[in-house]
Amino acid sequence: MEKATEKWASKVNELIIGATQKEGGTRNSLIKVGGATTLPFLHFEGVIPNPPVIAMEVWDMEPPDWPAVLKEPFGEVLGDPVEWAKKCINEYGANFLCLRLASTHPDTKNNSPEEAAATVKKVLEVVSVPLMIIGCNQAEKDTEVIPAVSEAARGDNCLVGIAVEANYKTITAACQSDGHSIIAESPIDINLAKQLNILISDMGFSPEKIIMHPATGALGYGLEYTYSIMERSRLAALQGDKMMSMPMVNFVGQEAWRAKEAKASEQEIPEWGPIASRGPLWEVTTAVSYLQAGADILVMCHPKAIDSVKKVIEELMKKE
Amino acid sequence: MFVIGERINGMFNDVAKAIKQGDKATIQGLARKQMEAGADALDVNVGPAAEEPLRAMEWLVNTIGEVTDAPLAIDTTKFEVMETGLKLCKGKAIINSTSGDKEKLDRFLPLAKKYNASIIALTMNKSGIPQDAQSRAEIAAQIVTCAQEQGIDMNDLYIDGVILPVNVAQDHSREVLETIRQCKLLCDPPPKTILGLSNVSQKALNRPLVNRTYLAMAIACGLDAAILDPLDKDLMNSMITAELLMGKQIYCGNYLEAYRKK
Repeated sequence: MEKATEKWASKVNELIIGATQKEGGTRNSLIKVGGATTLPFLHFEGVIPNPPVIAMEVWDMEPPDWPAVLKEPFGEVLGDPVEWAKKCINEYGANFLCLRLASTHPDTKNNSPEEAAATVKKVLEVVSVPLMIIGCNQAEKDTEVIPAVSEAARGDNCLVGIAVEANYKTITAACQSDGHSIIAESPIDINLAKQLNILISDMGFSPEKIIMHPATGALGYGLEYTYSIMERSRLAALQGDKMMSMPMVNFVGQEAWRAKEAKASEQEIPEWGPIASRGPLWEVTTAVSYLQAGADILVMCHPKAIDSVKKVIEELMKKE
Repeated sequence: MFVIGERINGMFNDVAKAIKQGDKATIQGLARKQMEAGADALDVNVGPAAEEPLRAMEWLVNTIGEVTDAPLAIDTTKFEVMETGLKLCKGKAIINSTSGDKEKLDRFLPLAKKYNASIIALTMNKSGIPQDAQSRAEIAAQIVTCAQEQGIDMNDLYIDGVILPVNVAQDHSREVLETIRQCKLLCDPPPKTILGLSNVSQKALNRPLVNRTYLAMAIACGLDAAILDPLDKDLMNSMITAELLMGKQIYCGNYLEAYRKK
């Protein structure tokens, strides 16, 4: 029987995160994503030059809502971003970190842009892997914080965000002047995703330096909506839509660990089984679904979950 | 939509004059402007008045090749002029065109194969242009059969239903639309369909309006390509919008701009 293969006209943009000394930065390694000429893992149909990557979350404060099972692997270092980052790399083998500046949120510590910039500088000094830097996801506060942290990370070609419709101008300008890539987020809406990509590139920002975040729904909490939008985005990219050809990121950890199924104690719902494995499994299942939807970057939290997903990626990237 | 810019044609006075005077700048300007306006390929026709069509074609193709690698549609009925053009093309070439006559297909299809060119085939033959869609589709079927025998990829075969001016052959507008639909049923994958759009509005009073309306209707019937004037911005906007409404692009507020960024 003949294998039915599709001939695609185009491909997903390829993007490099990080800059070594050669590129004027201070990183020791680079992260490369995108470039696929086919749907996820269809090796017989096209080329998938770069496997999906995992960025491990590091917060600049102790996460207020994390359940014990998620805090446990980090223990002492929670609340100390530098030590936390080191632990991720040295103990858990991370090669890409996502620094979340949660402390700048008006509802947490309301830390200043300067404090956030100092944290970014310290982390960059201590670790040498490429960095994703995100604010507190409050559009207004992020317009103050992101320009400061972007400047602090100048030259290191970080992935910075999150730009939404309400604040993309400031964040784009910051990324543009400091040489970073940008995360463009839209609320599970393919039309708005495309529009935001156009608006950002209209500012003179290279479309090749945009990563799309189609918003992430956890398993059981809207995953299938994001999934279908990601599939359509990927198909549009392969058909040659330059404003939809950006690689995609999913904040898997953040969403999976919000789910009741990941957090509820054994006393509360005994039939759900042991909490020690339930939470990581929720994160793994969510992550693997997004891999199939076309995610290029997964932002994850639990080391056990990350280990499992790494193995899955390795399997899926085998050509036979 | 695959857009073939129609402006480099000796039927236009500026082009005829440029050919006569060896004025490269005019031709290259037209090539550039059409590509910037969204053309995917450029039609090249020396026009009826060219004294030495072979040399004129040679000069045109070389002149255009100096500024773009865009695919060129070599637009001539003369076999020698065609082969001269094909030989010199830097990008992909498109044969424009053959009719459905067996003896013509037997010459032009191997030429397409030899130069790895696409080919436009008109649904007409020695008896002329058919009156209705049914007869056009019959000729299209013969063309498809011949092309398959010669090993031409269906993605490289463009069937042209031959649109006539609405002011002399009003019924044909509808018949050609039906032809486009029927071509899609001929085989799987089907051949591509194309129109020499501007012909529909020859001598009509409001040509741009007729052109863009007909183009939108043809796109709704599944048209894949058209030879048209990409410098007509309203026409291009209609085309982009029609494709959007057919679900060929993902909608966004600035969809016209998004299309042009492709």
